[in-house]
Amino acid sequence: MSHQSHMDKNTMVIEMRDIVKKFGDFTANDHINLTLHKGEVHAILGENGAGKSTLMNVLCGLYHPTSGQIFVDGKEVHMNGPRDAIDLGIGMVHQHFMLIQPFTVTDNIILGIEPTKAGVVVDEKLARQKVLELSERYGMKVDPDARIEDISVGMQQRVEILKVLYRGSKVLILDEPTASLTPQEIDELMQIIDNLTKDGKSVILITHKLKEIKACSDTCTVIRQGKYIKTVNVADVDENEMAAMMVGRDVNFKVEKKAMTPGDVVLDIKDLHAKDYRGIEILRGLDLNVRKGEIVGLCGVDGNGQTELVEVLTGLKKAESGSITMLGQDVFNKTPHEVFEAGVSSIPADRQKHGLVLDFSVEDNLIVQHYDEAPFSKHGILDRSVIRSNATDLMEKFDVRPRGAEGKPAGTLSGGNQQKVIIAREVTNDKDLLIAFNPTRGLDVGAIEFVHKYIVDQRNKGRAVLLVSFELDEIMSLSDRIEVIFDGEITGSVAGADADEKELGFMMAGGKKNEN
Amino acid sequence: MGSLVTNLGLLINATLIATPPLLFAGLGSCFSERSGVVNIGIEGMMTIGAFTGAVAGLYTGNGWIAFLCGGLAGAILGLIHAIVCISFHADQTIAGTAINFLGSGLALFLCKALFDNSSDTPALDTTSKLPKIFEGVFPVGSFGSNVLNVYGVAYLVFVLAFVCWFVFYKTKFGSHLRAVGEHPEACESIGIDVYRVRYTCVILSGFMAGLGGAFVTLATINQFRPNVIVGQGFIAIAAVIFGKFTPHGTTWACLLFGLCSGIKTLASMSNTVSPNLISMIPYVVTIIALILFVGRANAPAANGKPFVKAR
Amino acid sequence: MKTKKGILDSNLFYTILAIVIGFAIGAIFLLIAGISPAVAYGKLIDSVFSKPKYMVWTLVYAAPVIFTGLSVAFSFRTGVFNIGAEGQYIVGSVAACVIGILVPLPPVIHPLVCILAAAGAGCLWSLIVGVLKTKRGIHEVLSFIMFNWIAYYLQNYIVNIPIIHKKGGGEATENIKDTARIIFPDGIMKALDCTGAHWGFIFAVIAAIIIFIIIEKTTLGYELKAVGFNKNAAEFAGINVNRSMLTALGISGALAGLGGAVQTLGMAGRLPQLAAQEGYGFEGITVALIAGSNPLGCIFSGIFYGAMKYGGSKLTMVKAPSEVVNIIMGCVIIFIAISQVFKAIFTSIGKKRKEA
Repeated sequence: MSHQSHMDKNTMVIEMRDIVKKFGDFTANDHINLTLHKGEVHAILGENGAGKSTLMNVLCGLYHPTSGQIFVDGKEVHMNGPRDAIDLGIGMVHQHFMLIQPFTVTDNIILGIEPTKAGVVVDEKLARQKVLELSERYGMKVDPDARIEDISVGMQQRVEILKVLYRGSKVLILDEPTASLTPQEIDELMQIIDNLTKDGKSVILITHKLKEIKACSDTCTVIRQGKYIKTVNVADVDENEMAAMMVGRDVNFKVEKKAMTPGDVVLDIKDLHAKDYRGIEILRGLDLNVRKGEIVGLCGVDGNGQTELVEVLTGLKKAESGSITMLGQDVFNKTPHEVFEAGVSSIPADRQKHGLVLDFSVEDNLIVQHYDEAPFSKHGILDRSVIRSNATDLMEKFDVRPRGAEGKPAGTLSGGNQQKVIIAREVTNDKDLLIAFNPTRGLDVGAIEFVHKYIVDQRNKGRAVLLVSFELDEIMSLSDRIEVIFDGEITGSVAGADADEKELGFMMAGGKKNEN
Repeated sequence: MGSLVTNLGLLINATLIATPPLLFAGLGSCFSERSGVVNIGIEGMMTIGAFTGAVAGLYTGNGWIAFLCGGLAGAILGLIHAIVCISFHADQTIAGTAINFLGSGLALFLCKALFDNSSDTPALDTTSKLPKIFEGVFPVGSFGSNVLNVYGVAYLVFVLAFVCWFVFYKTKFGSHLRAVGEHPEACESIGIDVYRVRYTCVILSGFMAGLGGAFVTLATINQFRPNVIVGQGFIAIAAVIFGKFTPHGTTWACLLFGLCSGIKTLASMSNTVSPNLISMIPYVVTIIALILFVGRANAPAANGKPFVKAR
Repeated sequence: MKTKKGILDSNLFYTILAIVIGFAIGAIFLLIAGISPAVAYGKLIDSVFSKPKYMVWTLVYAAPVIFTGLSVAFSFRTGVFNIGAEGQYIVGSVAACVIGILVPLPPVIHPLVCILAAAGAGCLWSLIVGVLKTKRGIHEVLSFIMFNWIAYYLQNYIVNIPIIHKKGGGEATENIKDTARIIFPDGIMKALDCTGAHWGFIFAVIAAIIIFIIIEKTTLGYELKAVGFNKNAAEFAGINVNRSMLTALGISGALAGLGGAVQTLGMAGRLPQLAAQEGYGFEGITVALIAGSNPLGCIFSGIFYGAMKYGGSKLTMVKAPSEVVNIIMGCVIIFIAISQVFKAIFTSIGKKRKEA
């Protein structure tokens, strides 16, 4: 999709000058500059933790800058909270949606500036009507009466954008807006952005996806480790150049893999049916197998049953019917412990919820499946020295930093190092199957390379790997075979080497392969 | 037949006496809990309200003013709870425990300090208490007298329950308070002052608990003594959880507890069953009702979690 | 400089600070009431320390609250909040008392059976709540509160059952048989100059040590803490979360039940008809909080609480309301609860000084 600019170079809307934001001793933003014009789409590019979100939280009034100036329409402003930013016409759509789950779409959009009768009672009818008008004007379909917990991620995002527009914003900040959308939904979002800029609004797009920047942005500001690197005209640079600016060195996106022939079937799932937490059937007869020495990538949009599938496979959730076997052994609806004993280890999607006990020390986290076995304990008494030396060894081998943190709570480590702790634990379990669910979410490029190396390493050792990920790039670069999940079923299968992004996107949205 | 009507009248009467303290406290607790602040200090807030109400009644001779004073005393403890939980992000259960100590400790301490080391306040005369409606209209002990000639507040509290429901679901403030209890970060990001909403709700919950306590000393009985508030605060909390954190649910739950209490009063007159066994009824009924009908309580998502403002 | 930072980091410092502030606020109230804090606090200290006998009494007062404190501390460490220690304490004392009165057994064996029965009763009382939580998802705080009241009326019901009710009226049971008592032998009692001294405190110390070992050194403790800190991760790692939660609640309930047993077998020797809940469960919450949920710390915070209760009961001699103790305790809890804030303030002041 080629980008058509609506930017008015003569009308500056926002200028951020020399913004510094410190948290204690940590400098998240170190003298950053940014200018935004009317009708401009301005991308902010940087790795996770580079300081993009911090900068935007400063702009939308959530954070006070430590120093620096902000100008809106040429006038310097001092904001004392989000309300001031809203009044100045700045609105932000956060990566983790800021929606009240049990509230309706309308109630969420109007929250905080409800139309009222007599200043007290909410005028629901007027609110609903206003929401409908707004959604028609920008071509964003929403059901005003639906509860947030019942609608799709795509619609939730439209609600967020409408929420900002309802507040009369002329500057929209979108934080990683495509993180959980299908390629088709991403196209729709691009169209919405185009409609907005055509209408004279300006958009700031926070992302680390280069393709999207190319597709819809006029300008791009690169931030690295909190520092301002440079602002470029997107038309003048290519993706590799931008990547190098972001990371500070040349990046090789290709993962090296030796050729392997897959062996026997390890995991075999047949006709699996399961319900989600609301009791709605979400897995509808899923068939899938993973063989020795192969990485099977399960790709699909969030909410098509991946979470439930992994929960069923790891014993966290009971399925309704079907069969699951590990090397011929029945593991259908077994407990997590039984599944583990049958040869399944896994890297969970949410490392803080499922992966680690954050208040436990690193060394205790490393024995969480083996604490009641020798040599870590005898007759129910823990052997602290063995537990410590086990941790020291693993932290050395898997480069967990800082060294010497064996006894510190796992919660004190950085995200990347927390993930290394989990990988150290799961990989050394030497199980036949490794399930990795979004294993690199929220990690920086260095840590991603590390994780990918160990996943491929498992496969090279002849283990079976099931990779479930919402990142299409990750699936495509790692998988030997790609299976597409849509609406609780496998809707297509392609060899990793033959994968084509367009085709996968089509299948992820529900199209069958042969219909293409 | 006649005795049936009389008994029914007595039952309604006993229910109308037992329910208001619980309902005041329970409705207040709804505000606090739904805005995201757990308040197990209700018992202490009721106790200080009961004491202050009685003392204010003695000094002013006006039941209504005394009633409000009881509420204000509860509100002060509410303010302390709010400061500790909201501004200082303390563990809310722990803070509530402290409030219970403070409430009962202060009430008895001040009582002894004021009334020559006595743990009871002097008795209030009828004119200093809350007024009954229809006093003298019906013959004493008749059905009409039992049902209608009760303390006016006993009916007023049901109006208040409706008002609370209206505030919760129809007004701007209600929408904000429910939102703040579910997702405070979202509210902050659109300029709703989470602290202000929570402060308002917690102080309000203290105020209403104080009213509940004052009802006991200004209506049900006519003085403050050490055990006037025995567990009503905790029962009110139970009613809120039982009522799924909604004002209407809480109202029904409080009525159920009140009714059980009424049955208890009535049955203890008959002297056939041990009063102690009968006293267990409300609690056993609650457990059974929970097992059969209610199940999982759906507490607000951010309940009990301190919210730290980003800066 | 280094030692100073050490002090400002230690929880003990903030606990002591909270106690000091608590006493200061208590003093303000005493002044308002026209009582000299010096006199009142002097009496408080005097009535605890002036004679060995008083100190023994303090330990006697400490025994039951150490047990309920351990009960609550254990529950805190394993991720549940046992607000039901009150009820478990009651059923424990009821069980001990009933067996102490009705079942004839030889000495040593008799109290042992009573104590086991009390632990069992407390454990069971807590487990019912646990089962309601794990099987039906019923909020444990709610059912604990209900079961506290059921226990309360159960005690009053049982006290009034004719076969154990005190003959010739009175609002209490018969005294338990002498074989069931756990009071010190006469010789020791004489040496201590204290007629009420019993084994309860010793038992409490032993229990605290055992609980400390369970929590810190055993796989059981590891498992229970894992579930307490992060249920989801524990389940993911293959730990049976429901079983762990029930185990934790069972142990916690048993400890509270033991508190009831030592009080009945050691101190009271019978069960009274209750006019209000006695508050051992809620005092246990305070003891656990002051101890920072450390089982060994519960011994000391329990002694502190015992001293306050025992000394507080003597305050009426100087015309000071003994409820000042409750006010002090309430303030202590509040300031412990917000000690993290103090810590942050002090550390930032310290830093600024260093920079300047």
